[in-house]
Amino acid sequence: MSQTKPSARVRVRRYSGSARVNHWIVAISFVLLMLSGLSLFHPTFFPLSALFGGLQVAREIHPWLGLLLAIGFLGLFIRFFPQNLPERTDWVWLARLRHVLTANDHYLPEVGKYNAGQKFVFWSQFVLIATLLVTGIGLWDQGLAYVENLLGFKATIEQQRWAALIHSIAAVLAIAIWIVHVYAAIWVRGTISAMTRGTVTGGWGWRHHRKWLRKEIEKGSVEKAA
Amino acid sequence: MYPPIANPTTEPVAPKFGENDIIRRSASTVAPPAQRQTEVAKLIDVSKCIGCKACQTACLAWNDLEEEVGVNTGVYENPHDLTPNTWTLMRYTEWENPETGNLEWLIRKDGCMHCEDPGCLKACPSPGAIVQYSNGIVDFIHENCIGCGYCVKGCPFNIPRISKVDNKAYKCTLCSDRVAVGLGPACQKACPTQAIVFGPKDEMKKWAEKRIKDLKSRGYENAGLYDPPGVGGTHVMYVLPHADKPELYAGLPKDPKISPVVEAWKGLSKYAGMAILGLTAAFGFIHYILQGPNRVTEEDEENAEKLAGGGTQ
Repeated sequence: MSQTKPSARVRVRRYSGSARVNHWIVAISFVLLMLSGLSLFHPTFFPLSALFGGLQVAREIHPWLGLLLAIGFLGLFIRFFPQNLPERTDWVWLARLRHVLTANDHYLPEVGKYNAGQKFVFWSQFVLIATLLVTGIGLWDQGLAYVENLLGFKATIEQQRWAALIHSIAAVLAIAIWIVHVYAAIWVRGTISAMTRGTVTGGWGWRHHRKWLRKEIEKGSVEKAA
Repeated sequence: MYPPIANPTTEPVAPKFGENDIIRRSASTVAPPAQRQTEVAKLIDVSKCIGCKACQTACLAWNDLEEEVGVNTGVYENPHDLTPNTWTLMRYTEWENPETGNLEWLIRKDGCMHCEDPGCLKACPSPGAIVQYSNGIVDFIHENCIGCGYCVKGCPFNIPRISKVDNKAYKCTLCSDRVAVGLGPACQKACPTQAIVFGPKDEMKKWAEKRIKDLKSRGYENAGLYDPPGVGGTHVMYVLPHADKPELYAGLPKDPKISPVVEAWKGLSKYAGMAILGLTAAFGFIHYILQGPNRVTEEDEENAEKLAGGGTQ
């Protein structure tokens, strides 16, 4: 493996400005939800509530942040779900996960805009955020009152207990998947510029998403730097 | 007649229990006090209750609470449910006894049962918002309450209510402020028929036995004490003429215990959750240590350039 600094001679556009703004709205609300949620989840994390000015404030803003996340994620979902539909090569990619983890990219099939791992993150967060939204409203007095006004549905205490249990499990899984997502972005060098500048280097596309790179080159959405 | 609790002196008295007598504290671990105080209990003898609501009024008066003027829907219950201001409520049930054909008017004073194993305290996420004193009283410490309503989900008796005014949870305190200076709860003080008595739990159980014996001698063969073991016993107990069917008394649960869903939420999901998060983070760390960053090589860049249509410069 060559250790020379990857050049940026070819840059490929990966995310539009609005997609990046949308992503960071989701990212920031997710982090704030995680911090406020964890401080309510386990006493070990109680000190995190100080970041919000106390547990009462954390409790108060958590549902509103949740609504922001849900709306923001819906935006990401509408933008990206066509590229996240499963393909046959995804199963090959998953079967060779060992090579993914050891960065033996030459053993892997050519990948479109998203690999199977990214698709897994996408779909699992979709399911988990939908679950968190529904159960979260079940734990939120004002939200429940609103739903009761709107639909005439009044949650029983037993249903609220289930909401609490399911909410905590879904939150743990969502955070675990978030850790994977963030770690992958750090581990696979050159990824973060996709969400900060909107572009990646041609080499990054060649190495990780070759099928996508070919299409982008065909479309001509490649910038060549001097 | 159970000997009434003597009136207090007019001299200031130091509280008999406080911060140092806490045996359970929500979302915290406490070092239990070396010696547990005598467990107290309030005994509500349903068979002696005339439904006058003096206890309900005394509760409002002592705790300086005010209830809104309600509406009459044809039943005696007023208000129709416990509220953030109504910490105790007389509930009236009309029941036709199939064995005797008699119409029985069952009146139960509802309110916090002060469980030995309190579900509210188990569910509470805010350190110190719910405490249990060594005499058994379960008390809400409002300055620590965050108004999340988890106590409502934890309670097997559906007791706590969240105030819409200050977003804090309220329920019967068993008049911990009165008990601390040697008085009985306000409801007990006000009860004109001694349907409510208060004292050490052992004595209350003995007193209940006498009452049950009396009830049985008068034909209530299923009379008994309601001190449900599923929550470790309670510090508010009932003498019920029909103890085999507590549900008759406005839905008093037959075998209350902390819901298994709440136990899973506050037990398994916490420990498994912490483990999953820890393992995921550890996996990332170890992977990075073993694998190092996944860098794009110069060769990758050149290949991309070739694909894009020849070199530059």
